[in-house]
Parts: sequence; structure tokens; C-alpha cells
Amino acid sequence: MMKKLFLYLLVCLPALATAQSAPIIDSKTLIERLNAKSDQIEVVNFWATWCGPCVAELPLFEKLNNEGRSGIKVTLVSMDLDLVDDPQKVYKFVALKKIKSEVLIVDEPDANSWIDDIHSEWSGSLPATLVINHKTGKRKFVANPVREGDLERLIDAVK
Amino acid sequence: MKIARILLFATAAFLVTAAKPVGTGYGVGDTVADFKLKNVDGKMVSLADYGTAKGVILIFDCNTCPYSKAYNERIISLDQKYKAQGFPVVAVNANDPDVSPGDSFEAMAKMAKQKNYQFPYLVDETQKVAKAFGATNTPHVFVLKREGRNFKVAYIGAIDNNAKNAEAVDKKYVEEAVDALLAGKDVPTTKTKAIGCGIKWKNV
Repeated sequence: MMKKLFLYLLVCLPALATAQSAPIIDSKTLIERLNAKSDQIEVVNFWATWCGPCVAELPLFEKLNNEGRSGIKVTLVSMDLDLVDDPQKVYKFVALKKIKSEVLIVDEPDANSWIDDIHSEWSGSLPATLVINHKTGKRKFVANPVREGDLERLIDAVK
Repeated sequence: MKIARILLFATAAFLVTAAKPVGTGYGVGDTVADFKLKNVDGKMVSLADYGTAKGVILIFDCNTCPYSKAYNERIISLDQKYKAQGFPVVAVNANDPDVSPGDSFEAMAKMAKQKNYQFPYLVDETQKVAKAFGATNTPHVFVLKREGRNFKVAYIGAIDNNAKNAEAVDKKYVEEAVDALLAGKDVPTTKTKAIGCGIKWKNV
């Protein structure tokens, strides 16, 4: 048993050292997080590894994040656990694609109880993007895949 | 100054509409416009064909979405359970096959045959029906109640409250809605939301 664990750590630790941890959170924590006062404009993307259009648009969020502009914070909220219990697929994806934006994994089976608290316009379809400016109190929501330039427009729209 | 304000307002209005190309669609209680869509057997199907049914469980569904796959058996069961009681399932696929090749008409026909669908699986080629209903996800259910020649929306939303595990479901929204309609009672929950695949809209 110990030997197995040791081998597991030996194999996995180098990967874990480079990849981010992607914490698993409940909907309450997510909503508190989205409502917490911050000086940064938050760009929050709801996605899943099994969602083709989500995966296709992720580079736009990564590009925005990696520009490292002050006052902009990108968060990728994975909904993978809504369909499959195992978060390994998300961890592997994040490591493989070298995702630098912060990744959160939501574990909350009854989506109907919290989707409206994210945004009343959200039906729950993926992908979805929410841009929040806590200072102006403005929020913009998009229930479709974003294209080149959309994120800039959304950020401008909440200023 | 006044012009600037009008321009600002117009830009804001544009941004709102640009960010939300899909209309809000029908609400609960609305009478729906009939449609005529091609079934996988090549025949046209419309709501008028259900003039003797008590209603229709209309489901926007597809071949490819993992949620549709997770709910496939449950959709077949809904039809088996409620068709005889006057609420048959009618499935509609609105995904653009250019965006989602696995949802082509041929692939739909194959799926219906493989799964031995006993209900129509219609193609919404122009996506007009999905837009009229305000469907956004797959599977997205609209329970319709027949009143004379009209069909009225009685429930909009998810099939139940647990996609990944049918055995862990404790709220069967669609069954509760149809059971209530069959008993002549008010539908207990008329609207729900669920995580799902967005309908693959045509690139315009």
C-alpha cells in the first residue's frame, strides 16, 4: 500500500508542481467570491472539458489573462463535476494546456438552485461569460461563445 | 449634447442586443405558434397532428451533447410512460450541422434507429422553432398543454435535478408537471434551469 502511494507521488508530484491546484468549491463559495468587493474587473468564464465551443474559446481568456494587465482578473469556472464525478479530467486538461488563469471547479448537483444567483439571464447553457466591475456595479453576461474582440467590448461596457 | 446622449443610448441598446442574439421566447402560459418540421423518416410533423393528445412533451435535444447522452434513456422512458396517457414526447434538434457535424440529418436518423425512438425526432434546420420557444440548451423541455386547437406552455426547463446520476434525482420536474396536468392540478414547479450544452447556433 505504502509502496503504491510512494510510486503514485513519484509519478504525480512533478506534474502537480507545475500545474495549478484548481480548488473544488460549492455554489455558495462561488457566489460569495463573485460578490466580494474587488478593485479588479472580473472576467468569469463558465466552461467544461467536454464542451467543444468552451474549449475553442479558452485561448481568448488565456490571452487576456496572460497579458497581465492590471485591474483585470480572469477566472475559469469548470462545470465538469455537474456531469462526471471525477475532477481528474479537469486537472489533466489544465496541465496539458498549461492554463495560467485561475481555475475553479464547482461541485453542486442541483444547478436550478443557484444559476439565477450568477445571472438572471443565464439558462445554464455552456459556455457562458460574466464580466463584473465591482466599482461601477455593472455586470455584463453573454450566453454564447465569445469571439475575438468580444472580451474587450465587454470590459469597456462595464467601465 | 442631446445627440451625444442619443448616440450613447443607441450604443448601449446595441450592446445589449448584440450580446443576446437569442430572443427570450415563450413564457409559461403562452400559446405557441404551430410549426412544421421534418422527421427522421422524412415526413413532416406539426403540433396540429396532436389534436387528440392532452399535450406534448417537446424536448430540444441533439445527438452530440454529453447532457443529451446522459438523459437519453430518461427521455425514452418519458415517452414510454406518458404517450399512453396522452403526453407523447416530440424531440427537436436545432443544432447547426456545420458547427456540429454529429447532428446532421443522417446522424439523427441513425441515432433514432439505434435507440429505437418511438417518437418523432425533428430537424429545425432554420433554427426558427428553437428561437421562437427560446430554447437555449440541450435537452431543454417545454411541456405543452392542449386547449382546443391551441397548445399552451405549462413547464419550461430541465427533466430533473441530477444530470449525472438518475438514481440520485429527487425532483422529477417534467414528470411532476405532466402528473399535475393529468390530475387537473397546477404545475408545482413551472420553470427550472440546468447546466447544459448551448444550442449550436448558425454562424451569422
